[in-house]
Amino acid sequence: MNDPGELEFTKQSLFERLTSVVWIGPAFAAALLFLFFALVGGANGFVSIAGTAGWLNSAAEVGIIALPIGLLMIAGEFDLSTGSVVGAASIVVALGSGLYGLPIWTSIGMALALGAAVGCFNGFLVNRTKLPSFIVTLASNFILFGTSLGLSRLLFGSSNVSLKVRGEAALLLGSKWSFFNVSILWWIAAATLAAWVLNQTRFGNWIFATGGNPDGASRAGVPTKYVKLILFIWTGVSSAFVGVMSVAMYNQGNAISGQGYVFQTAIVAVVGGVLLQGGFGSVTGIVLGAMIYGMVSLGLFYTGWSTDWLSTFIGGLLVAAVLTNNTIRGLALKRKSVTK
Amino acid sequence: MELAHIGRTFGNNVAVADVDLAVFAGEVHCLLGDNGAGKSTLIKIMSGVMAPGSGQMRFDGTTVRFASPRDAQALGIGTVHQDVGSIPLLSVSRNFFLGNEITKGWGPFRRLDHGTASRLALEQIHKMGIRRVRDANQLVGTMSGGERQALAIARALYFGARVLILDEPTAALGVRESQIVIDLIKVARSQGIALVLITHNVTHALAVGDRFTVLIQGRVTAAFRKGDRTQEQLIALMAGGGDTPSGDDARHVQP
Repeated sequence: MNDPGELEFTKQSLFERLTSVVWIGPAFAAALLFLFFALVGGANGFVSIAGTAGWLNSAAEVGIIALPIGLLMIAGEFDLSTGSVVGAASIVVALGSGLYGLPIWTSIGMALALGAAVGCFNGFLVNRTKLPSFIVTLASNFILFGTSLGLSRLLFGSSNVSLKVRGEAALLLGSKWSFFNVSILWWIAAATLAAWVLNQTRFGNWIFATGGNPDGASRAGVPTKYVKLILFIWTGVSSAFVGVMSVAMYNQGNAISGQGYVFQTAIVAVVGGVLLQGGFGSVTGIVLGAMIYGMVSLGLFYTGWSTDWLSTFIGGLLVAAVLTNNTIRGLALKRKSVTK
Repeated sequence: MELAHIGRTFGNNVAVADVDLAVFAGEVHCLLGDNGAGKSTLIKIMSGVMAPGSGQMRFDGTTVRFASPRDAQALGIGTVHQDVGSIPLLSVSRNFFLGNEITKGWGPFRRLDHGTASRLALEQIHKMGIRRVRDANQLVGTMSGGERQALAIARALYFGARVLILDEPTAALGVRESQIVIDLIKVARSQGIALVLITHNVTHALAVGDRFTVLIQGRVTAAFRKGDRTQEQLIALMAGGGDTPSGDDARHVQP
């Protein structure tokens, strides 16, 4: 401890400066994985345009939902209902415009409204009952999954409703440039928005505080319930948006197809350095987490190994990420920033 | 600020009864008592968390009623809780302005003014005599207990507190950190702030207090001014051993 009043600036070591970057872990992991797959799978085309587009496309779809999921986790909550919202939104668009002939923008609007409604439901229930969001959103995932499956079979006779999207909607939501899907642009836009909100707005400050110390935050005047509600709605709308895009890209709505997102999005956020306990994380990290997820899920295919091992690989990655996050958090709390 | 005949019961339990207490600008009023003596209830009443069951509160001579902590804060009554309420993984400047963030720009481009916030936060903490905090981006979790108290006190004063209630600020701290907090209290007092210091540490209370009120089972057992009781007498008082005011005779016996 220095004498008070004595000003003395010590230079930080390179190690200290590197570990003070919140997203250093995921950045390091992403670079390492890219090198690995480039070396092992390069000959089969991992670094080709098609290969790069492949993992970026997959990263974009997961990434758009993982961004608000990450913010929600920083605020100390969790959302497992995303998968059903993706499926339900795609069914709403396909049924609305395919079966009932509504204008495409009307059914897209309905799908996004559904996402917002699910977010409201989750947020309201979590705020009101104080139950863990884990259980609340797991329940809403099942309720919505069953409902959209049941309704699509009842109205259309199948869980799979086809619809050819044309015009501006197809251009904005389902077009490709070479092998790259337009979803990558939406992902960049979503990440820019999330980064702005988290780092530059009052709301961003409130997100950190809500997850970091809920009691302290509310005593300081932070409307923690409002923060959570908005983030649940943001997550719902983002999930619905991905569902809408999937209709434009694959020309069909499917009640089941979204279920993969339930855990993928949470994995992406954790791999991206978001602390499970809340209060800590970064948008850059979440974006890198999505890239890691995309690289691993497509990269394994290029190595020529059996993709049956994909889940094993991702599970291992998750454990490594959680351990690294806790270490980084420990380092952050030990560090005295500029002074020593 | 003045409390007159304040009482509050929970069911059949009397938490506080007939408490009189006055706090004046530029003075430290120590509220002493063992665990369960009713100190917490009294703070909650003073900071607007809880309404008194009976009695009156006056601020600047006028009778006041608080519907919420916001009302108390608006009048200039700041409370620093034992856990300080800071967010460990958030920076000093973000903590300082939490809930009162400084922004620049307008409409959708309204954004946090990190530069001004950092400058003001450091300025205010340095004003409290804490020189070790030099980086506004430092995470609060890396600060010592005393420094966190400094942050919370500086924050309350910056946002207009004229009466500052400190709830057991030294309870979880070591000797050196406790000294930092006592110095902080002296700095605040010299700025003309009225302070209420809740503690059960007699040494800390005597080191800085101007007025003392001892609570036992919700009732005022003794109220006196600086120099009227020795440390031994105060300890005996708090333990329920009765009041033995020290006259001149007593001083000879207990120097």
